[in-house]
Amino acid sequence: MSWRELPIGGIILEAGNSVKRKTGDWRVLRPVIDQERCVRCYICWMYCPDGVIEIRDTPYRTKAGRIWNITFEIDYDYCKGCGICAQECPVKAIELVEEVK
Amino acid sequence: MSSIYRIRGVRDLPREELFAPGHGLCAGCTAGTVIRHLLKISGRNTIVVNATNCVEVSTTMYPYTSWRVPWIHVAFENAAAVASGIETALRVMARKGLIDPNKRINIVVLAGDGGTYDIGLQALSGMLERGHRVMYVLYDNEAYMNTGIQRSGSTPLHAWTTTTPVGKVLRGKMQPKKPIAEIVAAHRIPYVATANIAYPIDMDQKFLKGLQVEGPSFIHVLQPCPTGWRFDPRYGIEVGRLAVETAMWINWEITMGDFKVTVRVPKRKHVKHYLRIQGRFRDLSEEEIEEIQELINKEVERINRMAGEEVIGPLAE
Repeated sequence: MSWRELPIGGIILEAGNSVKRKTGDWRVLRPVIDQERCVRCYICWMYCPDGVIEIRDTPYRTKAGRIWNITFEIDYDYCKGCGICAQECPVKAIELVEEVK
Repeated sequence: MSSIYRIRGVRDLPREELFAPGHGLCAGCTAGTVIRHLLKISGRNTIVVNATNCVEVSTTMYPYTSWRVPWIHVAFENAAAVASGIETALRVMARKGLIDPNKRINIVVLAGDGGTYDIGLQALSGMLERGHRVMYVLYDNEAYMNTGIQRSGSTPLHAWTTTTPVGKVLRGKMQPKKPIAEIVAAHRIPYVATANIAYPIDMDQKFLKGLQVEGPSFIHVLQPCPTGWRFDPRYGIEVGRLAVETAMWINWEITMGDFKVTVRVPKRKHVKHYLRIQGRFRDLSEEEIEEIQELINKEVERINRMAGEEVIGPLAE
């Protein structure tokens, strides 16, 4: 890309195009949500600095028979593995496991 | 104005993310949380004016941007001036019929502590005096983190930074923190508040109030910085919570001159719990910790007197 192709003023025409930068490879510790123990309190979603905890409308049935209407899932493409979610989880349903490749 | 008018709990917050992931903020940087909540409250009809700070350099690395709302970067010193200009231009355009006059467009300034406490103070003061309808959000990480942890007017007493080292002669920063929110409140603007990232619903209610007033509003948010404060990234929220529990930080608001403490602390902890978790206070002696505790005791007394009742309780543990 040369300067001739740049928009005037160097403005960025595509809003939110940083999604093309996958920051998931920064991660050393991977947070894993235990869906059995999760009480759907939204706290991890509320505190996540990167907004990578997604609320899915997929129902989940626990082994004890309780049905939840929503499921929280982590987008590992962008999660930087800071561990705030695991630290703040009130029921300790998020575990940090070491990344191994 | 966004579609939400009242926030009682986390379930009232919209799920839509107007702050895209993929930005370059450090892992565990709670500035990301502040911006996510800010944009959830303000909604799409928002123009963000971003002074130079960590957020600016890390969310808009050319040719990428994490913002899904109109965004402009300006220098440290003139963010408030540019926001004043945008607000005036929108008012004129509405008068001339170029934009819908009933559409409410939020103008939000996002600035760091260096850009507010030190460099941008005169532009901010001018904006407040002229009474533009702008919400000024100061996210305070207590030093110039973007350029490599230099002291600012916001750095607390005895904190280590690269320009205030802790040694035999100099014991960290020798001056206490400047009370910026009260300097702003002295301009008699409609709404001033201090908020903390560990109490997001309280913070969101303040953002909402700040956007609803006719005139300038100022929200001062404490944002723990894992890189500059030297703690493990996972404790970002915990540090913010300890700041409130030790009364090192007090969440209050001034609505049309009415002072109110929004997060009450029935029994406060000793400040050592807050200091010991952070590496920047690692070398402090017991006497210096007591010196900080004395400052807090005086501050708590003053706040209780202003509130007219005991909102921050006595020291326990």
